[in-house]
Amino acid sequence: MSNVSDILNELDYGTAPEADKIAIEWLESKSRRFGHFIGGTWTSPEETFATSNPANGVELAQIAQGTEKDVSQAVETARAAYPQWSAMPGSHRARYLYAIARQIQKHSRLFAVLETMDNGKPIRETRDLDIPLVVRHFYHHAGWANLSDSEFDGYESVGVCGQIIPWNFPMLMLCWKIAPALAMGNTVVLKPAEFTSLTALLFAEICERIGLPAGVVNIVTGDGETGKALVAHSGVDKIAFTGSTEVGKHIRRATASTAKKLSLELGGKSPYIVFEDADLDSAVEGLVDAIWFNQGEVCCAGSRLLVQESIAEKLYAKIRARMINLRVGDPLDKATDIGAVVDETQLTRISGLVEQGVQEGAEIFQPKCEFPAGGCFYPPTLLTNVEPASTVAQVEIFGPVLVAMTFRTPSEAVTLANNTIYGLASSVWTQNLDTAHDIAAQIKAGTVWVNSTNLFDASVGFGGYRESGFGREGGREGLFEYLKPSLPSVEPEPLPQVTESAGSATGLDRTHKLYIGGKQARPDSGYSTVLPLVSGGSLEIARGNRKDVRNAVEAADSACASWAATTGFNRSQILYYLAENLEAARDVFIKSLADRAAKNPENEFNLSVERILWYAAWADKYEGGVHHPPVRAHVYTRPEPLGVAGVVSPAAPGLLGYLSVCLPLVAMGNAIVSVPSAHNPLPALELVRILEASDVPAGVWNLVTGSFDEVTVPLASHDGVAALWYFGEDDATPLIDSSAGNLKQTWCPGNLDFAVKPSTEFLRRATQVKNVWVPYGV
Amino acid sequence: MNQEVRNLGTPLDLEWVESAVVNRSAVERRAATLPGRRTVKKAHQAAWLLRAIQCIDLTTLSGDDSPSNVHRLCVKAMNPVRKDLLESLGVGHIQTGAVCVYHQYVADCVRHLSGSGIPVAAVSTGFPAGLSPFAQRLAEIKASVEDGANEIDIVITRSHVLRSDWKALFDEMKAFREACGEAHVKAILATGELGTLTNVARASLVCMMAGADFIKTSTGKEPINATLPFALVMTRMIREYHAQTGHQIGFKPAGGIRTAKQSLDYLILMREELGPDWQKPHLFRIGASTLLSDIERQLEHFVTGRYSALNRHAIG
Repeated sequence: MSNVSDILNELDYGTAPEADKIAIEWLESKSRRFGHFIGGTWTSPEETFATSNPANGVELAQIAQGTEKDVSQAVETARAAYPQWSAMPGSHRARYLYAIARQIQKHSRLFAVLETMDNGKPIRETRDLDIPLVVRHFYHHAGWANLSDSEFDGYESVGVCGQIIPWNFPMLMLCWKIAPALAMGNTVVLKPAEFTSLTALLFAEICERIGLPAGVVNIVTGDGETGKALVAHSGVDKIAFTGSTEVGKHIRRATASTAKKLSLELGGKSPYIVFEDADLDSAVEGLVDAIWFNQGEVCCAGSRLLVQESIAEKLYAKIRARMINLRVGDPLDKATDIGAVVDETQLTRISGLVEQGVQEGAEIFQPKCEFPAGGCFYPPTLLTNVEPASTVAQVEIFGPVLVAMTFRTPSEAVTLANNTIYGLASSVWTQNLDTAHDIAAQIKAGTVWVNSTNLFDASVGFGGYRESGFGREGGREGLFEYLKPSLPSVEPEPLPQVTESAGSATGLDRTHKLYIGGKQARPDSGYSTVLPLVSGGSLEIARGNRKDVRNAVEAADSACASWAATTGFNRSQILYYLAENLEAARDVFIKSLADRAAKNPENEFNLSVERILWYAAWADKYEGGVHHPPVRAHVYTRPEPLGVAGVVSPAAPGLLGYLSVCLPLVAMGNAIVSVPSAHNPLPALELVRILEASDVPAGVWNLVTGSFDEVTVPLASHDGVAALWYFGEDDATPLIDSSAGNLKQTWCPGNLDFAVKPSTEFLRRATQVKNVWVPYGV
Repeated sequence: MNQEVRNLGTPLDLEWVESAVVNRSAVERRAATLPGRRTVKKAHQAAWLLRAIQCIDLTTLSGDDSPSNVHRLCVKAMNPVRKDLLESLGVGHIQTGAVCVYHQYVADCVRHLSGSGIPVAAVSTGFPAGLSPFAQRLAEIKASVEDGANEIDIVITRSHVLRSDWKALFDEMKAFREACGEAHVKAILATGELGTLTNVARASLVCMMAGADFIKTSTGKEPINATLPFALVMTRMIREYHAQTGHQIGFKPAGGIRTAKQSLDYLILMREELGPDWQKPHLFRIGASTLLSDIERQLEHFVTGRYSALNRHAIG
């Protein structure tokens, strides 16, 4: 005790280690050797690999390497468990989820300590953030299980879900995957990341303890090969993946030829925007939570600082001063801010990218840090003098590295913020209400945190725009990833073959061009395809090609920002006017339908006008809402348009089908490049004149005719297209495969019955959810 | 107080004052998470608690104060921890940062504490409301200084802040500072009555510009007294003022700090937001009356390994 006197002089912090005794005892009780958890029992491990503590390199346990056979076995037991689990009343499933929440809560410190030992993140985070969020997620979804029977009319569970999660938030990502899947009646095969399997295995033990029916949750450990086998397995109905954009694209391609539902939560380079009127000290503290949280190994880390030029130096000085106070070291010490990077490979990647940044001209600031021996540590780093063209401004570093740039005006801030392939999250710091909401509306990202950062809650959906992936996790919006709509389909009747005309053409020759940017354009190719008409003569369809697609996307891209920003009321007025003008041209359309042998032209025409009115009605009514997470904040949800959407219409019904697939996209504020069926384009072509007469702004609704290979494939692969809907009759595999380039959302639901009342699934698909967190308080 | 150069103040810089803005939610988040980010254990905790004692302005501000309980307080200030405990801790003599009383008892305290080096602080200027005639408030300061007070805890006129009349606040504070002469002046902002955290930030700046040596949260008589969010806002302004002028201004949270854990939270906040200089009595004080008894129990627990009881420690 004699050193109390010395400490009193220096008043340093000393150490405050969290005990690891109980976690070690748990590992020992398992002989530090783990099999898979399949069908409610543990397999005996054959081939294994080591998992170790990245803070000191000490091996913690041997983990089974999952083989194709293990994966098959797990999928089969999940498949076998599915009928009973999905048919169980939601209130019964809720009891299991509730029990899981309670169990994790009752063993919360064991989970926290084990997670810290396996991952290297500070105990403060696992104890105060990760595990409490996990518990909250299961409680919240226990509630959704209860409501699942009544709240989701027209939807049903998906089936067996293959879930692959990363190493940065092992338990949190596990619960984001498992809780909604189970709540909605699905069964699960989950593969944790190879670096961090231990808490998933502890979780499996809890599933066992509460008597979760065998096969409902299966945990198969292993590396990327195990994941690949899970993705490839034909018994899996859905893949949910969180991880790198690169792997996400592989999975997109690997599942292209299958009907597997897919959700991807991928990388980011999220902007952190600080305006000159912000509370700068709080913005600096926010950065600690943004980029120096979890060693910066956070997909939504605020890694790209955008500062208003007027305050840049002042803010940088405050950041540097704050960085000096960050404590890097033993993750099990309660006063550690930054723990160990998960693995040597990640450490090498981080230091390599920082070196590259410095070589490219960045100024580096790193406070002096002393690291414990034998671990993977990297100091907090600030890179200034970085520009958008710098590598470190574009690439996701996934480490405690902040890159900083300046902006001059709010619109420049938005431009810089959106100058990225990603769109996961963003932070906006300002005391001005107008600035906050205006910037929040313009940023292309699934989450915007106003005067805050890295806030999460089970009631609020989280997920990306652009190449940060698609699908949401959390909230009502997240549940749809684990539901499928019951859309009535019809067997495609063979199109009546019109092989020859009833008579020869009379009257004037008619020309149908492409419709691009509000103008009728001749096809680049100079070719036409000839289709005979019932009433006489033939129809020459412009044979569009990749250049026409390029031009149409260009036009749509120019139009989409203002179309998205216009009011829903304005969009609805335009659609009502469209209906009016179509009605006025009734005879022309009934003839055009009859000309390609529609079965009941008059009925189809009437339904078509009704369909326009339907979406005119929806245009100003498909609204967001306000989430109520357990903090003092409004979290408002904006269903935002996707941007430029490609849409390929079914062959029949020619007019109703074309309108049914184009209208929801247009009504929700997307600009479209439509491709009418090559077999039956006439009604769509006749519609061009109606569009022209109805004040549809130039570029909002484009039309390109042509073949699958020459038009649809280039459209599907265009990196400026955010979504592709395909209702054609050809195999969509090449389209989905080529959509992986920019991870555009694809929807190929097969042959739908368009005569029925449209499902709101169309509107849901035509939008993406942005959640804006606005903490308040004066 | 052993500051080498006292705060000289600056002209009233309204642009600076008005540029100070505070986001309440972000401040509350920082304040809520800070105690979870840092902790001190075992010998370090004992040492930090001793430091907390050295920073206490041991206070009695009751209507029924009389010479006897003020004397008791002074003796406790000189002997805040049982000697056997200090011996076990291997620590020599320690004493509190000051005693703090009404003007009436300044002379008594000066006599009781003579030779100890413990400064006597007097609350002043119509404490706690500060609404007595201005001349009388100045006279009160001078009377306490004449009686030997080393420190004067003044209260500001809250309405100057609520009306954003920064010039009036500045002039008032400047006059108080002049009246104090060599005695150091602590400006009590009464943060619980200022309406917003932004007001707290701006009032902090104005008082420092007008020459305050310390800024202090509360009188202890407001409905809400010292809180970590108030402390965070004020310490950030102290940091800002230091960066701009080079002057180190002290901070004193007062009112509602009753537990050893709370005193550690404030010491941690001082270190994280301002640095080790601000963990010493010349720049940090805790205004408290019952805090000491909880710290004593914690220290005894550290020494014996057993939980202690109040009756084992002398009252003050």
